[in-house]
Amino acid sequence: MRWLSDPLLAVDHLSMRFGGLVAINALSFTVGRGDITALIGPNGAGKTTVFNCITGFYKPTSGRIALAQGGTLERGAIEALTRSGKKRTQGVNPELFLLERMADHAIASEARVARTFQNIRLFPGMTVLENLIVAQHKTLMAASDYSLGGLLGLAKYRAAERKAIDLAKAWLEVVGLVARADDPAGDLPYGAQRRLEIARAMCTNPVLLCLDEPAAGLNNRESAELTQLLRGIRAQTGVSILLIEHDMSVVMDISDHVVVIEYGVKIADGTADEVKSDPKVIAAYLGVDDEEVAVAEAGSVAP
Amino acid sequence: MGAPADALKKALIAGLVTLGLCFPIVALRTDANFSNQLVLTPRWGLTFTLAAIAAVGVFLISLLRPAGFERATPKRALDTAPPHPFFRYLPRIGLVLLLAYPFLALAISASGGPGLLKLVDTYGIQILIYVLLGLGLNIILGLAGLLDLGFVAFYAVGAYSSALLTTTFGLSFWIVLPLAGILAAFWGVMISLPVLRLKGDYIAIVTLAFAEIVRLVLVNWVPVTGGYAGISSIPKPTLLGLSLGPEPGSLTSLLGIPFSPFYRLAFMYYLVLALALAAYWATLRLRTLPVGRAWEAMREDEIACRSLGINTVATKVSAFAAGAFFGGIAGAFFSAHYGFISPKSFEFLESAMIVAIVVLGGLGSMIGVVIAATVMVGGTELLRELGVLKAVFGPDFDPAQYRMLLFGLAMVMLMVWRPKGLIATREPTVRLKPQPTRGAPAVSAGE
Ligand SMILES: Nc1ncnc2c1ncn2[C@@H]1O[C@H](COP(=O)(O)OP(=O)(O)OP(=O)(O)O)[C@@H](O)[C@H]1O
Ligand SMILES: [Mg+2]
Repeated sequence: MRWLSDPLLAVDHLSMRFGGLVAINALSFTVGRGDITALIGPNGAGKTTVFNCITGFYKPTSGRIALAQGGTLERGAIEALTRSGKKRTQGVNPELFLLERMADHAIASEARVARTFQNIRLFPGMTVLENLIVAQHKTLMAASDYSLGGLLGLAKYRAAERKAIDLAKAWLEVVGLVARADDPAGDLPYGAQRRLEIARAMCTNPVLLCLDEPAAGLNNRESAELTQLLRGIRAQTGVSILLIEHDMSVVMDISDHVVVIEYGVKIADGTADEVKSDPKVIAAYLGVDDEEVAVAEAGSVAP
Repeated sequence: MGAPADALKKALIAGLVTLGLCFPIVALRTDANFSNQLVLTPRWGLTFTLAAIAAVGVFLISLLRPAGFERATPKRALDTAPPHPFFRYLPRIGLVLLLAYPFLALAISASGGPGLLKLVDTYGIQILIYVLLGLGLNIILGLAGLLDLGFVAFYAVGAYSSALLTTTFGLSFWIVLPLAGILAAFWGVMISLPVLRLKGDYIAIVTLAFAEIVRLVLVNWVPVTGGYAGISSIPKPTLLGLSLGPEPGSLTSLLGIPFSPFYRLAFMYYLVLALALAAYWATLRLRTLPVGRAWEAMREDEIACRSLGINTVATKVSAFAAGAFFGGIAGAFFSAHYGFISPKSFEFLESAMIVAIVVLGGLGSMIGVVIAATVMVGGTELLRELGVLKAVFGPDFDPAQYRMLLFGLAMVMLMVWRPKGLIATREPTVRLKPQPTRGAPAVSAGE
């Protein structure tokens, strides 16, 4: 129950309207520090929209998204920051961020929230290694003295670049892509592109990793490998993971916490076991896909 | 390779179609005679020549590429192949040739070839100015992927600001040169601001409009810019404070050697060569820096960039500023070298030419820019002189008139043949493993 005792992210009465369409309606949930949290729901429920609000690609119509770095998210502290009108605290522990007030790139670089996309977004013409180096932009930019020192070829920048390559190489080993490091990312097969996108997100050194349907388009073996990979990433780095997933075997297998939404409204919230026996969840999935209901009812499914 | 019979058939059809098309528009020419009557002049020779050209062209093309245009799209795998060794040594060979060029030109003109001015100025300095401009636009369009159709505006800002600063304040060329770059970069930042929220085609329109505004200001702000009359007698650059002209106190008279226009020409040539090499080197460096990688990443996927914490606003501004800086430098050199500037030199055609250089060279490829600038600028000049064409099209044919047409034709053919430009391979900015050499057994990692 870390999402109650030690939350890292708190989404509070989040609403998002597109003209007349209410994509998310007063949605509240928390993500526990070090948890793997699944956000599930039928097609068009508003899951990707939630991600886009958290990562700043959409400005929510109303609501609050708070994130704490380095400690538990305290209600009182959030209220104080909200009243102060600032985007973030400076130099306190834990450091607090109000994501709905921040720009997308600042959410990634300062609040350290990384994400992947439902439709893979790599830099296809750049090599696999370059994709991972670009992800370390912030560190390298500082090391190159905003390009001036780098242009003169200072040793500091060269050392920083070597370190960046080492980090990239370490992540390539984790996702098993070292052999393809110098190939254009667009040439990789689909499953490898998904893994590369996760590795690239991890190269930004995030506290929260948001994965939008990482198992989409993968076969059973690849899905099982992905679960292993995600568990390994969490064990190694302690990063908290928020994932959207339609593949119930993946969800039930790795989630500590599942949040279910339908038509932008939360209908269930709890452990995987609690959620899959919830009648509202079964009903929501009934209208969508019989197979997935069967999966939800039967509990865990052999991969 | 296509079957020759098939190719022959296609060639025959193409020839007949051309004949049919040319019959009304080429073969039957009407001229007004002295009494203002129309007389019909048949031009069968020309018509048949054109038809023959079409037939031979189609024959060759279908022999080489039987499946038609769709085969022109290169497969991705081709792009990853290591470049041909020739391309790896090209920079070194090219550099030696470039350094030796004025002396080669001296030898050629001494042995009865074209004049020295033509060789060094038109084929040397002018091409290098376009290389400089192409390298500037290469950052904005080739690396950052922002379609700037008004690059000439930065060229104009550089040229006019340096001309005005030298003529009104008497500043030396060497002080004005970096200032012109900085002023152009400033305008690069200015133009990038409205462009930030726009995508693709809209960027093209805004930059096009910006260039037109700049040109109109140059034309209409007569007290400052001189309008259509332009600015003349812009002082020439000096070498260590010494002029290279014929007057007393110049470098040649101090050294006690007789004056020759060759010295100044060679000096200007080496000056623009140094500027182009510096721009080349800077771009090479920038590509391996975080800004440069961010430019390329932004060209590939802007949303992914933002998700990785890259401020795309700052990235776009920096791309415009860096590209405009090179444009401004080129402008300052241009005004100092020719000593005269007017709005005529900064029309849309110039922007189009620079865009064509970057696109033909292969987006993002610097060697491509160099080759394309040489081919495009040198090619148009060569076409002007080709007397050979007179033999084909008859004595009335003036190649200078048709050069743009022939040139456009060559460009269309080039883009069909190599849709990604002359140099379609992208050199990675960093490698994990040393580059495989061509001919070595390919290490394929499954898949
Ligand atoms: N930019 C937008 N403009 C207008 N409507 C949008 C926009 N983005 C999302 N929507 C709408 O919001 C609703 C939720 O979409 P969203 O993409 O968040 O669903 P999802 O749960 O991710 O679905 P899926 O499982 O298919 O990915 C849909 O009705 C969608 O059409
Ligand atoms: Mg979605």
